Amino acid sequence: MFQILNLGGSLETYLVLGAVLFGFGLFGMALRKTFIGMLIASELILSGASVNFMAFNHFLAPDPTVGQIITLFIMAIAAAEAAIALSIIIAIYRNYRSIDADTPAELNG
Amino acid sequence: MTTQTFPVEALAGLLLTPPGFTASQALTGLLFLGFVAITLAGAVVATGARMLVRSVAGLALCFLGVAGLYYYLASPFVALMQILIYIGAVCVTIIFAVMLAETAGQEREVKRKPVMTFLGVAGSAAMTAALAWVALGTKWSGAPAAPEAGSLEKVGQSLLTTYSMSFELISVVLLVAIVGSLVLARAGRDK
Repeated sequence: MFQILNLGGSLETYLVLGAVLFGFGLFGMALRKTFIGMLIASELILSGASVNFMAFNHFLAPDPTVGQIITLFIMAIAAAEAAIALSIIIAIYRNYRSIDADTPAELNG
Repeated sequence: MTTQTFPVEALAGLLLTPPGFTASQALTGLLFLGFVAITLAGAVVATGARMLVRSVAGLALCFLGVAGLYYYLASPFVALMQILIYIGAVCVTIIFAVMLAETAGQEREVKRKPVMTFLGVAGSAAMTAALAWVALGTKWSGAPAAPEAGSLEKVGQSLLTTYSMSFELISVVLLVAIVGSLVLARAGRDK
């Protein structure tokens, strides 16, 4: 019964947690109608991937720096992605006065 | 005269330490469960909240819990970077965008059709279940990590030797992102 206190020491806990974070991100991506909500969901997906990398790094990798470096790179990519996405959102808001994902549908030609 | 130390073991013994655990092990396990709960609660708020500002706050909470998990994976540096970059930079930037782009009337999310919501729930739950099934069903085998090899020194050394090319490329990506976002956000400013 008290084995629940040992959860932090097993790889599977982190993998399932990463999968759950990924699932929440996927759900948010499908549900949200605004660009900013989609951006938030994509951050959740990225952090699920990072948790997986860190878990494999700690429990399985022979060289335990690889996962940490990949996670740092994911952080840098996520920051760049957030900056670009937010400036696109601001530009769309200037033109359409809305951040709904359906509004710029007239761009489809 | 004896020095008085704080009686951690005795205190935890009073609070019903589980059999087979020392007090510090039990405390570590409880703290881990707390971080897992924070992560899941943050994810629920981030996807479910109807106002975007609350959603961003849930995202910050989720990142805090993930930083705690990184600490349990023996990498306190990445945990600190997680807090600094994600909560300190990304979440704050998203909040700025929410404040710039949202007016009071628009804050509420438009409701989806119930069928669509159900399909979203079913699809993402199926994906999560499949991933969890693979994670639990596979017999993982690999070299256990050496206790000190993942230290900050080693991370810094391999960043500047093995991964120096990727390191430089990441800096170029960040530079392009900064310039690109400045150009994009400036474009319609004269209107």
